[in-house]
Amino acid sequence: MTTTTNRARLAKPAACRRPFNARRAGAWALLVLAIAVSVLPFLWVLRTAFSTNNALASNATSLLPADFTFGAFLRVFGLQTPAEAVAEGGSGAAIDFWLYLRNSIIFSSITTAGAVFFSAMAAYAFARLRWKGRNAVFSLFLGTMLVPPIFTALPNFLLIKNLDLLNTMLGMVLPYVFMTPFAIFFLRQFFLNMSREVEEAAMLDGAKHLRIFFQIVLPNAAAPIATLALLTFIGQWNEYFWPLLVGSQDDVRVLQVGLGVFKSQSPQGAPDWSGLMAATLISALPVLVLFAAFGKKIVNSIGFSGIK
Amino acid sequence: MTTLAKHSRSATPASPSSKPRGGFRQSGDLRIALFFIAPALIGFVFFYLVPTVRGIYLSFTEYNILGDPEWVGMENYQAIAKDPLFWNSLAVTGQYVFLNIVLQTALALGLALLMHQVAKSTIIRGALLLPYLMSNVIAALLWFWMLDYQIGVVNQFIDWAGLPRVAFFGSEEWAIPTQALINTWRHMGYTALLIFAGLQAIPGHVYEVAKLDGASAWQTFRKITTPLLRPVLVLVLVVTVIGSFQVFDTVAVTTGGGPVNATRVIQYYIYQRAFTESDFGYGSAIAVILFLILALVAFIQMKFLKGNESDLD
Repeated sequence: MTTTTNRARLAKPAACRRPFNARRAGAWALLVLAIAVSVLPFLWVLRTAFSTNNALASNATSLLPADFTFGAFLRVFGLQTPAEAVAEGGSGAAIDFWLYLRNSIIFSSITTAGAVFFSAMAAYAFARLRWKGRNAVFSLFLGTMLVPPIFTALPNFLLIKNLDLLNTMLGMVLPYVFMTPFAIFFLRQFFLNMSREVEEAAMLDGAKHLRIFFQIVLPNAAAPIATLALLTFIGQWNEYFWPLLVGSQDDVRVLQVGLGVFKSQSPQGAPDWSGLMAATLISALPVLVLFAAFGKKIVNSIGFSGIK
Repeated sequence: MTTLAKHSRSATPASPSSKPRGGFRQSGDLRIALFFIAPALIGFVFFYLVPTVRGIYLSFTEYNILGDPEWVGMENYQAIAKDPLFWNSLAVTGQYVFLNIVLQTALALGLALLMHQVAKSTIIRGALLLPYLMSNVIAALLWFWMLDYQIGVVNQFIDWAGLPRVAFFGSEEWAIPTQALINTWRHMGYTALLIFAGLQAIPGHVYEVAKLDGASAWQTFRKITTPLLRPVLVLVLVVTVIGSFQVFDTVAVTTGGGPVNATRVIQYYIYQRAFTESDFGYGSAIAVILFLILALVAFIQMKFLKGNESDLD
């Protein structure tokens, strides 16, 4: 502390700085610009999704839909006949985002529930139990954060293939469902800071660890666990590489992979923009809803999750 | 570290009446601990530890999925050293990483300072964070549309400004900068929030003293903010570099490595070798090299930028 104060004192005195309003106005203008750049593209997606492909070309800059229609959504959900789809600028190939939506929900829910719960158990052992080798094992777990996902993806793919689990939901969730190093690290921090007294009282009561974990530790850490579940779910929802490798068939394909496939199906020359943006919107919607409901929790977690 | 030691000491359970205090109930705790970490341990061993070892082993083999891996020693690495596509992927990725560092860090630092000065509301932070919550695929497709050569809105504006339209994804010189811009768009707000959190952690009285001493805004920034922010900046740099080295999603969805080889980044090349050409040994060897690069980068940044020491201590 002293160093900084000294350093500040050493700074040469300059002409007294008066915060004048033009400066604040300039700062606000830049901030508003940054917000516009962050948010406006989403309005553009919305606008395009409700447009007709044929009208998009001639009306490329209005914020309102060009020739308003639900056609793109019908097409993406597989509710248009191939002829109708082609007439509206689609590729006519079969595409069913209901299926992908369902798969994404199953994939993200199972992995989130499993990873958060099992990581909480492990974090409890790392934070509240005394055992030989605890810190060494914890360091090993943490070390896995440094291994790039692509590196383990190749052998994991081979393992899933050898287990004959390619294109199954089980094969897709297995690498994530047991833990994530980040989740263990995150929860361990909270468990470490939990007050000891309640636990001790329970101990005297003769309560076993399992009861302490379920009745004291978990309820007391409900807030951080909810935050972690939220962050994990969004992360899993956005996962692309692993589902691309393991779940390439329709019945397990998730939204992110489906989006890529839909994009590549688009007829060359004139892509099905409104269909693509409708699909994008559907893929983004669950996260947008979560964000609308729990935005504050997510925003406030950033300082911490930055360690990831 | 100190906190940890303190905690583990205080974590000595108050011994239940039945057991003597000196015993620490260590063996009992070990058994119950094993029960608690068992699921996580399964995941750790089967999906992190074994694959890491197996990945290294595979890099010394020739393996096309059918049959068994065949040990070939250093052959894959020797071939990689002479592989122009590998060197190209390294150069392309390097360019992408560099652009991300410059654009992302500069913009995020600026944004964080703006937020710190004029607005700290959660709504503003939330709006800036929104792109980060979207998947890479969504970010890629959204910009693929907005930057379209024919009817993309950005090119319409460029047209109005009287400039020639830009083939953002279709031209070799623009392809990588475009990918970097998409990534910057997605990460800018997130990185700004990280830096903002670091700014908030600098105690206000430090600034008050500087003000009393008549330091100018620039002097305050140079002599106080920057050094005190260093750990956060190093962290941001590490996260940015390591993340950008592993670019895949946006490339896979938009350009697929092209035009020509302009966006064949390392991870995309690994993917192609392993999964398109069924050359798992070769792909694994490149993955090992990527792993080593990332480890080296993290080590250098932590070591020479002294990321874990703050002048606040």
